[in-house]
Formats: sequence, structure tokens, C-alpha cells
Amino acid sequence: MQVADTKKLLSGNEAVAQGAYEAGCLVGVGYPGTPSTETMESFAKYDGVYAEWAPNEKVAMEVAGGASMAGARCLVACKHVGVNVMADPLYTLAYTGVNGGLVLLAADDPGMFSSQNEQDTRFHALGARIPLLEPSNPAEARDFAKLAFDLSEEFDIPVIVRSTVRMSHTKTMVEIGERVEHDLKPYTKDPSKWVMMPAFAKKRRKVADQRVRDLMDWGSKSDIVRAEYRDKKIGIICAGVVYEHVREAMPDASVLKLGITYPLPKAAIASFADEVEELYVVEEASNYLSSQVAALGFTLNQTPNAIPPDDEISPEIIRHAFGADKPDFETFDGALPPRPPSLCAGCPHRLVFSELNRMGAIVTGDIGCYTLGALAPLSALDSCVCMGASLSMAHGVELARKFGSGVDEKFAKKPVVGVIGDSTFAHSGITSLLGTVYNHGDGILCILDNRTTAMTGQQGNPVNGITLQHRPSHELDIVKLCEAMDVEDVQRVDSQDLKAVREAFKHAREFDGLSVIVFCSPCQLLIRKKESPYVVSEDCRKCRSCINIGCPAMGADEEGRALINPTQCIGCGQCAQICPFDCIKSTAEG
Amino acid sequence: MATEINAQSTGATAVASKAVTVVLCGVGGQGTILAADILAKVAAASGMQVRLSEIHGMSQRGGSVITIVRFGTEVHSPVTDLGCADRIVSFEATEALRYLPYLNKNGGKLLVNSEEIKPLPVLIGFAEMPSNTVEYLQKHGATLIDSSAIAREVGNPKATNIVLMGALSKDLDFDEKTWEDVIAKRVPPKTVDSNIAAFHAGRDAVK
Ligand SMILES: Cc1ncc(C[n+]2csc(CCOP(=O)(O)OP(=O)(O)O)c2C)c(N)n1
Repeated sequence: MQVADTKKLLSGNEAVAQGAYEAGCLVGVGYPGTPSTETMESFAKYDGVYAEWAPNEKVAMEVAGGASMAGARCLVACKHVGVNVMADPLYTLAYTGVNGGLVLLAADDPGMFSSQNEQDTRFHALGARIPLLEPSNPAEARDFAKLAFDLSEEFDIPVIVRSTVRMSHTKTMVEIGERVEHDLKPYTKDPSKWVMMPAFAKKRRKVADQRVRDLMDWGSKSDIVRAEYRDKKIGIICAGVVYEHVREAMPDASVLKLGITYPLPKAAIASFADEVEELYVVEEASNYLSSQVAALGFTLNQTPNAIPPDDEISPEIIRHAFGADKPDFETFDGALPPRPPSLCAGCPHRLVFSELNRMGAIVTGDIGCYTLGALAPLSALDSCVCMGASLSMAHGVELARKFGSGVDEKFAKKPVVGVIGDSTFAHSGITSLLGTVYNHGDGILCILDNRTTAMTGQQGNPVNGITLQHRPSHELDIVKLCEAMDVEDVQRVDSQDLKAVREAFKHAREFDGLSVIVFCSPCQLLIRKKESPYVVSEDCRKCRSCINIGCPAMGADEEGRALINPTQCIGCGQCAQICPFDCIKSTAEG
Repeated sequence: MATEINAQSTGATAVASKAVTVVLCGVGGQGTILAADILAKVAAASGMQVRLSEIHGMSQRGGSVITIVRFGTEVHSPVTDLGCADRIVSFEATEALRYLPYLNKNGGKLLVNSEEIKPLPVLIGFAEMPSNTVEYLQKHGATLIDSSAIAREVGNPKATNIVLMGALSKDLDFDEKTWEDVIAKRVPPKTVDSNIAAFHAGRDAVK
């Protein structure tokens, strides 16, 4: 008898990887992004599979499209905004369909714990006509991932498994099984299926529409759509982790649990609606389900208290929506200091931002650890929109100032600086830079090369030349790339050397034309080296220059003199370089 | 049609027996996730259903963090709400004040590492630490232990989280042996002894 070993405590992401492994998935491609990252990281660890990081999600989906065409089962994983980046191949792969099963794990972030927006991947499924499954917990994540591969091949279509942060990052015990190997499915050349030029695409469009109707029927018969009848006064339609909240909050209510939310299983919804007196949809941070159920012609009841349209929901929010009082709670009666995340002690991004702040530059930022340069005391960023936007937005600011009338004089004089990380540059900064060069753009573009994709957990990328398996590969030489693009002014600078940082900015400001600075120094989390801590001498003049670089090891004593916490200090010496009076020394210097 | 479950016809009761909700909070980097993982495994090894919910990403860079562990004979939601936590284990004292609203006012218990860590806004002079953290927590029935000092005493300063799990274990119905087994499997091999020692020191601290 098998017992203990067939069950493991797995997160939703790990469970999707496990399901893909069991389904005989051969190729995995992803780009990191919270809350999806561990999916590809754990898939890569199984024997008999091949996995890699792509430079971005569009590339990931295209690699998977090719592997699928050649007959392999493929898994792609990314966060919700990554689906925007891959939308182009995704929408057309819905026309071509697949050969080997192709499954996309897309992880949404209701509550925006680590994202720039709260978009709902189900609208992409609707737009692209791609079926979308929603597991409610890790055990289902494993089952649905397996099912998704079969469904993909049966219906000749990529399948999305949608997760949310509370599915991806919830751990439960998961039953695991053996891998079933799949030979490559035979490939036969078929331009009418794979060459999407108008004549063929027009036909495939009709195939896509028929497939949606077939999938609607499939859903209504499938056991991933489950009507749970209890008290029939209240009937709730829900999916994903919201189902778990609903069961907790409303244990007596009848529930229609939708394991597939695109296309909606109309017949199953109709029979559920017939059985219950009042029909509700409960969902979080979106109106996808309620609008689509309503679009099918069902009339929904409204809960006595509204469910907030944004943010993640919880059992208490649901109970309250159906009329219950919220539980009583205690709140501290004093003021609490906020505790935002901050750049680590020794972070190589810090001195660049302290300089940008000093320069009073207009800084178009990007996404990564360096987005934290927006927070006090560095307060150096003007914008952060999406990966790659820093460089192109800097170009846009320059254009507006150059060609616009009535430009404020102070605004016109500020240097414009785009700031982007190494992984983000490889992801989508290269084409932005190309656009600026091509169009004779101006300004200063900084590439913060800390030798890793730090924010999402120090993954390899094409700039540091480390693979998903942590093996060495080709390193992109950014300076050479800039030269090849005909950027006239490129500097490579050690970002831990304040003098060099200052000089590089001075030079770039004086240069007439586009200037690129590659700031290079490894992330502290990568090297994890702790040198002797620094100390502040008696001569401290309380000027706060060192405190204003926002190091978590740096504070002030009661009299306002700078004070270094020796357990937090890693001995990088940034503060010593900043101090105008030479009052900070390493304890190693005695 | 799709699967149907009919609780009415079988007469089965749908009401879940109440799950226990533990909130672990602190400062990014303090080891809340490892502690939560151990607690979840102990509960699972004791035959319970478990849900563990953690937040990755941004907040880990020294920000305020919260991890939720729920266990019982039947558990559904991985999250909790204000006024609903049966236990709060705070790895840092001011964070206990921040997450206090989660505590169930009827019987919830608060276990706190008395150490206070200043966040960046305090260090740069943009905000102040509350002056009465410990007194306030004591007045509200919190159990305070200096788990950082205890961890240093047993020779493993990083084991603050395990000291707190030891203290928590006094108050939960799981076998001491199960805790020891799970900890031994989960921590780096070289640190098993000092972590087990930290666990017992934590247990003794709340006698
Ligand atoms: C389209 C898209 N994919 C993925 C992410 C997730 N993400 C946010 S920051 C980041 C990595 C940033 O790495 P890098 O540019 O090297 O900066 P660092 O964090 O190392 O400073 C990633 C992958 C995202 N926000 N958007």
C-alpha cells in the first residue's frame, strides 16, 4: 500500500509543475514574475524534462508554439502582465491550434501584492477564445494542469490555467502520481493550419468559434463543473480560490463551482439557476464572471452589501456582503511607523538614485528592485509603468519638450534619465533603446546591471548569462550592443564608486546627444558577503547626508548624530563615500 | 450534467468544524515562511487539513510580512480577516501592534518577540517608534519573550523563528515528538541540534 510518500506539501505553483510533469510535459518556458515564478523553477528540477527562462513572455510563448507544432507537450508560466506581452502569439495560436498539448499558467494578483496592476487574465481568454481553467487549491492545480494537456490536444487549442496569488502561494497536501511519458506527436506539414495568412486565417477563425461552442458543452458535462446543493435559497456561482472563501463563509449555501470559466458552461449554469431561489456571482477584483453570466441571459441577484470591485476578497467580506456583521477587533491607539520594503544594505542601485535625486532629474523608471528608488529618502523616480517603459518614456518626455510650446523653463532644463535593470533591459528595453537611437533621441539612459533578476528571487537572465539550471551561458555585453546600435556615447561604470558615478553623469549631461551609462556591480543578495562594519566618528556634524541615502543599517542617535547598526551593516562603504566630512570609517581600518 | 453533490438528500451536514487560524507576522527576512512551513507540516503530520498562505516579492525587502496557517478537520479558505485569528505570533514587537486587528477578541492569543526593529522611515527621521509597545502588548494579554536573545543563548542566532515555534507549541495540541521530527527534516542538517535546542528553549520560556 502506498501512503506517506504519495502526498507532499506543495504550493499551487509547485502543484502545477507536478501536474505538468505527470502529464508528460517535455518543454517548459517562462519568464519570472510574482506570483508565478516557482512554477518554472520547480518544473525545471524534474528528470526527463527540459526547461528554460526566455528573455520575455512573448518569446516564451513562441518557443512553446514551435515545440508544440513539433509535437511536444509544453508548459509556459508567467504573471498576469506577462500575458499582455505574449498576447500577440497567444491570440493567433488560438487559430492555429496545437500539435503537442500547450498549457499556459498565468498567475493573477488580486490585491496587487507585487504588481503594477490588477488585471484579470480571463478577459484575455475571452478575447483570444482560449479555454481557461481555474483550480481552487494546490491539489486541484495538479489535477487541472494534467487535464489541461489532454484538453489542449483533444480540442486542438492552447489552454490557460489561471491562478491567483492565494492559489499560487497557498500550500496544502497534494496527492502526487507517476509521470506518463509521451512520444512526440507526429508532425505533418499543413500550411492551412499553421500559416496564418488571411486566406487560411479566415477559415481557422471559424474553427475557433466552433471550438468555443464545443467547449461550452464539454464544460457542462465535465466533472470540473460541480453543482453542490445544500440550502437552495442562496445559490452562488464562483471559481478559483474564491470558491474556498465561499465555502468557509457560507457553508449552507448551494454553490456552482466552475472549474472552467471560459467558455462558460451555459447548460450547467441554467440548471443550477433553475434549482436555486436566488442566484449570485461572487468574485474578486473583477466583474468578469458576473458580466459574462449576465451576457448569457441569466439574471443575477445583488448581495445586500456590495462586494468591493477591487482588491482581494476573504470569507468575512463575503459574509458581510450577505448581511452579516463584521467581527469586532482591537486596534492600537497610537501612531505606527510604516514599514515599506527598501533597497538592501549595500545595494548597488543606491548611489545612482542618490545622485539622480541630487541632480533633480526627471527619471522615468522601470520594474525591479530599483523601483524602490521611488520611496523616501531617495525619492528619485517620476514614473513606473511596465517593463521596458523607462527608456521609451524618456524619449517621449524629450520629444514633448523639444517640439511642444509653452514649456516651463525649469522643466525644460532638467536632465531626462531613463533607468532600467539588466533583466528588464533584455526583456523589452533593447527595442526601446533602438527606437531612441533610430529617431535621433536625446537624454541619458541608465542600465542598472546588478548581474541578476533580483526582485523575483535572483534568477539568471541573458545579461548575466546564467541559465534556469544555474549553468553558465553567453553573457550579453551591453556596451558592445550599444555600440552596434550606433549609440555614440556609452560608459561602463562601477555603481559602488561614488566618484565614478558622479563623473559619468557629469559627462553624460555635457554630451550632445543620447548617452548610455551601464552601471555595473553585483546584487548583495547574490554575493552575500559581509565585510567589517563601518562606524561614525565623534566628529559627525549631523548633516544627514549619509542618512539620506536610505540604508537600512543607517540611523541617528538621540542627538541627531549618524549611527550605524553593526549587525545590519555589510561594510560596503557607500555612506563613507557620501560623508562630506570624512567621518565614517571601516572598523577594519582600526 | 456536471457533477452534483446533494447534501440535502444525503442529510450530510455541510458546516465545517472550526479551523484554527495562526497569523505569523514580522519583518521580511526574519524566517516567518520557514516557521509557517514547519507549523503546517506538524499539523498535517497530526492528521489535519492545512492551508498555508504566504506573500512573496516586494515586501520581502525588509518590509512588513504576514503568513497565515490554518488547520482543522476541514479547512477551505487560506486567508483570514480582522478579528478572526486564534493566534498571532509576531516576530517583532511593533509588527504585533500592526497586525493586532487580526486577533479574535474572543479568546485569541498573542505571542510576541519583544525585540523592536526600526523601519527605514524611523531611521531617516520621517516617523517615530511608538513609545509604549511592550506595555501596550502586556496590557492586552500578550505573551512576550525575548526570542532573539534565547536563540543567541542556544548558539544559533538565526533560530529566533524556531524559539517562537517552541513557545507556540505549548499552546497547541500537537506532540512534541512530531515538532522535533518536522524541524529535524526541515532545517539545514548541521543546524538540527541547535534548532531542536531552540525549540525546547522556546517551550521552556512560556512555562
Ligand atoms: C511583463 C512582466 N513580466 C514580469 C514581471 C515581473 N518582474 C518584476 S521586476 C522583474 C525583474 C527585474 O529584474 P531587473 O530588471 O534585473 O532588476 P533588479 O530587480 O535586479 O533590480 C520581474 C521579472 C513584470 N512586472 N512584468
